[in-house]
Amino acid sequence: MNESSKKRYWRANLKVVVILLAIWFVVAYGLSIFFVESMNQIAVGQLGLGFWMAQQGSIFVFVLLVLIYAWLMDSLDRRYNVND
Amino acid sequence: MSSMLAQPWILAQPWILAEADPARIWTWVFVGLTFALYLYIGWRSRVRETRGFYVAGQGVPAIANGAATAADWMSAASFISMAGLISFTGSDGSVYLMGWTGGYVLLALLLAPYLRKFGHYTVPDFIGARYYSETARVVAAMCAIFVSLTYVAGQMKGVGVVFSRFLEVELWLGVVIGMGIVAFFAGLGGMKGITWTQVVQYFVLIVAFLIPSIAISSMLTGDPVPQKGFVFSDISERLNAVLLELGEQEYTRPFGKFSQLNVFCITAALMFGTAGLPHVIVRFYTVKNVRAARYSAVWAILFIAVLYTTAPALGMFARYNLIKNLHQSKVTQIELRTGDGPRSFIQVADQSATQRAAAFEAVQRAEEENRRAETDTSIPITSITYYLTSPDGKPLNWATQWQKTGLLKVEDLDQDGSINLQLTDRETADGKRVKRSELAKIDKDIIVLSTPEVAGLPPWVIALVAAGGLAAALSTAAGLLLVISSSLAHDLYIRFVEPEASEAKKVKVGRIAILLGILVAGYFGINPPGFVGEVVAFAFGLAAASFFPVIFLGIFSTRVNRAGAVTGMLVGLVFTMTYIILCTADKVLPFLFDAPILTSDQWLFGISPQGIGTLGMLFNFVVTWVISMCTQPPPQDVVELVDRIRLPGEAGSAVDH
Repeated sequence: MNESSKKRYWRANLKVVVILLAIWFVVAYGLSIFFVESMNQIAVGQLGLGFWMAQQGSIFVFVLLVLIYAWLMDSLDRRYNVND
Repeated sequence: MSSMLAQPWILAQPWILAEADPARIWTWVFVGLTFALYLYIGWRSRVRETRGFYVAGQGVPAIANGAATAADWMSAASFISMAGLISFTGSDGSVYLMGWTGGYVLLALLLAPYLRKFGHYTVPDFIGARYYSETARVVAAMCAIFVSLTYVAGQMKGVGVVFSRFLEVELWLGVVIGMGIVAFFAGLGGMKGITWTQVVQYFVLIVAFLIPSIAISSMLTGDPVPQKGFVFSDISERLNAVLLELGEQEYTRPFGKFSQLNVFCITAALMFGTAGLPHVIVRFYTVKNVRAARYSAVWAILFIAVLYTTAPALGMFARYNLIKNLHQSKVTQIELRTGDGPRSFIQVADQSATQRAAAFEAVQRAEEENRRAETDTSIPITSITYYLTSPDGKPLNWATQWQKTGLLKVEDLDQDGSINLQLTDRETADGKRVKRSELAKIDKDIIVLSTPEVAGLPPWVIALVAAGGLAAALSTAAGLLLVISSSLAHDLYIRFVEPEASEAKKVKVGRIAILLGILVAGYFGINPPGFVGEVVAFAFGLAAASFFPVIFLGIFSTRVNRAGAVTGMLVGLVFTMTYIILCTADKVLPFLFDAPILTSDQWLFGISPQGIGTLGMLFNFVVTWVISMCTQPPPQDVVELVDRIRLPGEAGSAVDH
């Protein structure tokens, strides 16, 4: 692998990480802490959205984020042929 | 919280209900069977080389490593304390739920794959190589030892609680037995033994957590899936209504326990600390390659999420159930007890005022006699145990037994023959008026351990929960001890004292280091600096403030250098540690202080010691960055090392050095 494709791989890698962590931040800190009170005005079942996100919903999102990361990196590895 | 050790004599007493307790027999059976299994696996996977000892030969499949990571990660705090903490914290309990899972995302995306590509044994290995500095390696090894010791103390306390409550073994003996088991499978099998034992321990602990949760969910919400019952049943409304009636805060209202700033700080400290915990990071060294490291993170967070999405439901159900059982429960008998051994004196009274007064008087007389007979007057005097029946007439045996461990305390203050949980204005002994209920004390650790009893489940479920709590504590303790051992033996001793040591000698030094770690951990287990969850929360703060920034910058920046990293780590660690000690002086150094040096109204910006790691981490980031910018960039071979770990493929196996 030459230097420029190494650089492109790393940049693509960073993009994946930044996008997924942005979602992580919005879910964990935005919906569940900073705006929890306004989120609680929206109902999920019998609970407020903010409370549910803070106690349970965010965890489901975290699992998905780690899974999506593994998939995206798989396809990135294939495209740049760095599978091991 | 007064420690259980304040009344060791209570544990030494044979319990009155002892004769017919099938749960205890079941507990011995379950604990015996699981311990035998752990010992067997440890024996089967004994190793002779350092690669097997520290990274299990790097041939662990992703899913097995996922389960092992989950068990490693979910400690006594996750299993025993967390649902209870949430139960009493309500909405703000989210700090533990999100803090301990959200950090996993950081670990999986920012650290694990790169550290696996790096391919050495320990976190100090990485820091030593990336910052081309033996000083950095030593500082990192010290941080790893310190963080792991803080954390392992919490596990040992958990082991002690389970043993003393379910097997009526004294706390210190429980700790010693637990340590012996860990010493065996960790010392013999190293990381290999630990990994396969942890896989089994994951299944023990998750089954033990789910069975009572499913039962209590069916009972209270009619839905056997706790996650669903939590969201779709009216249990939250019912609980909120009951709490308002008792004069407490609604369960689902945020920022009742912590301020918004503290919710943010504690969540962040736990998240970044999670990502920086050496015993969890090192798990990713044991898989085959970078891709396996990514998928093993997926499995791990999935396995963790099973418990972590159940816990908030269990917390809510347990709070409701506890109030329903205890509030307005009837006092059927009061047992007063004083003294120890041959001089112990027991007096039983029913709820009538005359009998009660007579009993108190008799006990006071016995107490006086004891005082005269004994030169040492420091022995705790009287304990009062209330025998209760719930409002619908069930005898509350669990409440009796927990009172005897000293973790639960009720008082019939108005002497009306029932226990009232309503917050009421009352006068204290020194004439102050405070709002309090007749539930004087309830330790958070009780919630999970007593759920099966409170829900009236068969005795073998109670035994299973005890075995699950032990599995959670031991699996985490083992992982931590391996980090302590590898830091002491691999990063310090072999590196600086005997670099020429043979393979057999290296493994031997590793084993000796594990035993040393066990002795220290055992001491802290018997003299714990606070309750389980709190101790562990501090370890996370320390990890966040010391490790996360330098590992993260070490991978994502080629400019950060030795001077920056060493100062950054030290500043983060020293700041955070000092603040925690100042705020908890009475708990960590009880022989020097009776009160914290900084009380909660003097906290820096109002940040609690649990959340201070966030600030320590920011300092670490800033110091590392600024100092790196003002000094020489790192040498070319380090830049090449960083380039290499950013790219998967050619993942080397661990290189001996």
